[in-house]
Amino acid sequence: MDYFIELFFSGLTRGSIYALIALGYTMVYGIIGLINFAHGEIYMIGAFTAFIVATVLSIYGFPLLAIVVIAGVAAVVWSSSYAYTIEKIAYKPLRHAPRLSPLISAIGMSIFLQNYVLLAQTSDFLPFPALIPEFAFMEPIAHIVGSSDLVILITTFIVMIILTIIIKFSKIGKAMRATAQDRMMATLVGINVNSVISATFIVGSALAAIGGLLIASHIGQINFYIGFIAGIKAFTAAVLGGIGSIPGAVLGSLILGLTESFATGYVSSDYEDVFAFSLLVLILIFKPSGLLGKTTNQKV
Amino acid sequence: MISLKELKKGLLTSLWFVFLTFPIMVIKVDPFERTITWRWHNAVYMAIGTFCIFFIMKFYMQRKEMKKDTQKDSNDSILQKTLLDTRKRNIFIGTVLAVALLFPQFVSSYQTNVMTTALMYVVLGLGLNIVVGLAGLLDLGFVAFYAVGAYSYALLNLHFGLGFWTVLPIGGLMAAFFGIMLGFPVLRLRGDYLAIVTLGFGEIIRLILENWGTFSQGPSGISNIPRPSLFGLDLSLGQAINYTYYLMIVFVIITIFVVNRLQDSRLGRAWIALREDEIACQAMGIDKRKTKLVAFSLGAFWAGAVGVIFAAKTTFINPASFTFLESAIILSIVVLGGMGSIIGVIFGALILILMPEYLRALSEYRMLAFGAILVCMMIFRPQGLISNIRRTYKFDKTNLKTTPK
Amino acid sequence: MMNKPILNVSNLTMDFGGIRALDSLDLDVNSGEIVALIGPNGAGKTTFFNCITGIYTPTAGDVFVTPPDSNKQINLKGLKPNQVTEKGLARTFQNIRLFEKMTVLENVMIGRHCRTKAFIFGAILRNAATRKEERSILEFSYHVLEKVGLADFANEFADNLPYGAQRRLEIARALATEPLLLLLDEPAAGMNPQETMDLDVLIKEISREGQSILLIEHDMKLVMSLSDRIFVMDYGKKIAQGTPAEIRNNSAVIKAYLGEEVNA
Ligand SMILES: Nc1ncnc2c1ncn2[C@@H]1O[C@H](COP(=O)(O)OP(=O)(O)OP(=O)(O)O)[C@@H](O)[C@H]1O
Ligand SMILES: [Mg+2]
Repeated sequence: MDYFIELFFSGLTRGSIYALIALGYTMVYGIIGLINFAHGEIYMIGAFTAFIVATVLSIYGFPLLAIVVIAGVAAVVWSSSYAYTIEKIAYKPLRHAPRLSPLISAIGMSIFLQNYVLLAQTSDFLPFPALIPEFAFMEPIAHIVGSSDLVILITTFIVMIILTIIIKFSKIGKAMRATAQDRMMATLVGINVNSVISATFIVGSALAAIGGLLIASHIGQINFYIGFIAGIKAFTAAVLGGIGSIPGAVLGSLILGLTESFATGYVSSDYEDVFAFSLLVLILIFKPSGLLGKTTNQKV
Repeated sequence: MISLKELKKGLLTSLWFVFLTFPIMVIKVDPFERTITWRWHNAVYMAIGTFCIFFIMKFYMQRKEMKKDTQKDSNDSILQKTLLDTRKRNIFIGTVLAVALLFPQFVSSYQTNVMTTALMYVVLGLGLNIVVGLAGLLDLGFVAFYAVGAYSYALLNLHFGLGFWTVLPIGGLMAAFFGIMLGFPVLRLRGDYLAIVTLGFGEIIRLILENWGTFSQGPSGISNIPRPSLFGLDLSLGQAINYTYYLMIVFVIITIFVVNRLQDSRLGRAWIALREDEIACQAMGIDKRKTKLVAFSLGAFWAGAVGVIFAAKTTFINPASFTFLESAIILSIVVLGGMGSIIGVIFGALILILMPEYLRALSEYRMLAFGAILVCMMIFRPQGLISNIRRTYKFDKTNLKTTPK
Repeated sequence: MMNKPILNVSNLTMDFGGIRALDSLDLDVNSGEIVALIGPNGAGKTTFFNCITGIYTPTAGDVFVTPPDSNKQINLKGLKPNQVTEKGLARTFQNIRLFEKMTVLENVMIGRHCRTKAFIFGAILRNAATRKEERSILEFSYHVLEKVGLADFANEFADNLPYGAQRRLEIARALATEPLLLLLDEPAAGMNPQETMDLDVLIKEISREGQSILLIEHDMKLVMSLSDRIFVMDYGKKIAQGTPAEIRNNSAVIKAYLGEEVNA
């Protein structure tokens, strides 16, 4: 039973991280209909920035709390800046191009960013400093739920609530929803679509950066390639939930995280990634609109 | 010429990029030794670099605007014009062929080997060109079919002792079969979903090859695969390399011939119509599913056949040769060359494969450049280096004549 | 020949979520006729075309075509768009959907696709049968282009044509499929008066050759000049049908167009 609970919590942890990344895919897709292939790399850059800043600060002897806060802020700031810049360079000029052009551009961007980090930093795995301490009060159940699992779950929960509030009630959130429904109409009622798109990229990548920071400190190592696999999996989760749907992305992520955790725990860990990819292929074939997405008739 | 306002904007842009790249480019930490290296020179390069690029871009945009006003279509390259004239075209093709045939006599076998690799990418590019360039289906898992071909040869040879020439068509057909199996359910998906599904499929194939050790010998791969045979003759290593090279030349010629005929046929027109507008295409009586499936499996066939040659050429294969990056390289070739254009794809392959080989200093930046190429081509020249020209026809009122132009 | 029905639509209904875009619509076209389908914006005319050509699957209703040389009705319900075209309905689109990066001639040649056969091996081997077929495709297509007056532009890219010519090319492309019934969705939209007049002549000419036509159009002058019969719809329902003279004086139609409450 303990083992089951352990797998359950590790699945939830996994799922939360996927959710943080999947939201970026889903929000961008909802607004400009683009699979932002480079989103996984944004997450990787968030993790890398956090790694660099945290290591520098720890060398200078900063206290742990300060390191966590500064590294977290740095990850969010730089990830968002990258996403903002990428949108301006690689996607904006292609807004009226054939549908596949921005996707190819996004794939190019993803390859570019991977190799940019590889060349400017290193291809080795780097040890990520443990930013989340072992809490004493977790001691009795530490063998089934680690402190960092707890922190990840709580952080994700808080972030989700903040996101929901932003989307539901803030001005920019309302503009996002309006643009997602009908970009043309949104322009007509005076919404600045360009800034809505930028805001979407910024919010999505901030979430991914937080995910990057959490997972890196949870797993304890990073390299330039972590964005690719995590990106594909988060995308799988977003599609599973119904791409474009925010609750769908969270639901899909939790389902994917739990299934992966149980599958690796009870079956075998060799085929972990095969499993995720097969799930992706199967959903797209049998239910491309996902669990909470809606099917639409293309207007002719 | 440069106004103060632009200067300011350029400075701001370059400052922004210095900020953006600061943590990754400037700071390098060693977490084991606990040391920090500050690479300030990178920030300086970044500043100067982006500042220059900013003004090059400005200049480029201005020129583009000016061109738009004066004249419209004179972007046919000299090469295209040469190829339009039948006589010049024959001379051109003759020269290229002569150089290609004599090539191994003048260079080392290392160079020949490199060229053979480049030719393999020409064929892979032409195969993917059917799928992406003509039919407009973005296939990100093309490498899976290449792997199917390579492993078909390696395994059929290992277990049943089948020779290269027997497996060459089998490998192609196996890949085409996989293409149909995958294509059947997924080809009704929208373009971007199709791209992701094919990517997933490619990764599944690679991961299976990596993990199913009893079937594929896992990550360590299969070695001692026999080279292509020539009437049972014993070839020295050098001869074998030259032989593979000539084999590849023949294969390239066949591919060009076939693709050229296909693209000006009833089927080829249907592919292009499908790429241009799926709904109109169906409304004009074209079976979307069938047409896509044929394109998909024909592309796969070529990948499979090249896979067999690849296994025979290197005599050793393992799953690491069939990663997503390989698919991305082939896609870059097609995109750089010009989607749908045969000469374009040939040039794309030669440039992208030979350049990093001969400019060793650049080879480190190879993948970086491939990524940048995909982005830049989409933004500045989506039609590729050499855009495809459609066949035109000349008419006489009494006597209908067609002239390939 | 006249008065033999070739298209019978009965009880056609289409729902989009909660919106009923077509509400039990009946419509028929006889061989050789020009029939117009009119109605205010958003009435559901284009949706009607989409439903009978298989682009949308209607919620309910039946669509039958009857080839003139037989009496057997063919049910089009559930067929894919390409199968519908094979059975003899060919259409144009309200917002032009040409194959932009193909030449004008090639656009028309696509229309011949469903009447020809050559496939992979034919394409690669280019045997005698394929060459003959390819030649027949060319001749037929060129002939159609001459008919619509675009022969001089045969080798231009379709997106280089002026707007009016693009509309004509859409008609040529549909004609190349040798349809029993030609469906035109607002062929005069965006045309200047001269282009509209030329279009009027062209449609009459095609009709004189025996082509049956069903047309959606907002330009009343054109509709009145061309049609043998007119169907009027509003909010997905048929509100009137009859000859141009009858429609001109129909009070329900006038109200629908003036936007008044019908029972005010
Ligand atoms: N794919 C779709 N999804 C949802 N609603 C649709 C779709 N296609 C059409 N509609 C709705 O059905 C109704 C009828 O639209 P349709 O395009 O058929 O009108 P129309 O008579 O052709 O108008 P117009 O004269 O402006 O072309 C409209 O309210 C439209 O919004
Ligand atoms: Mg309409």
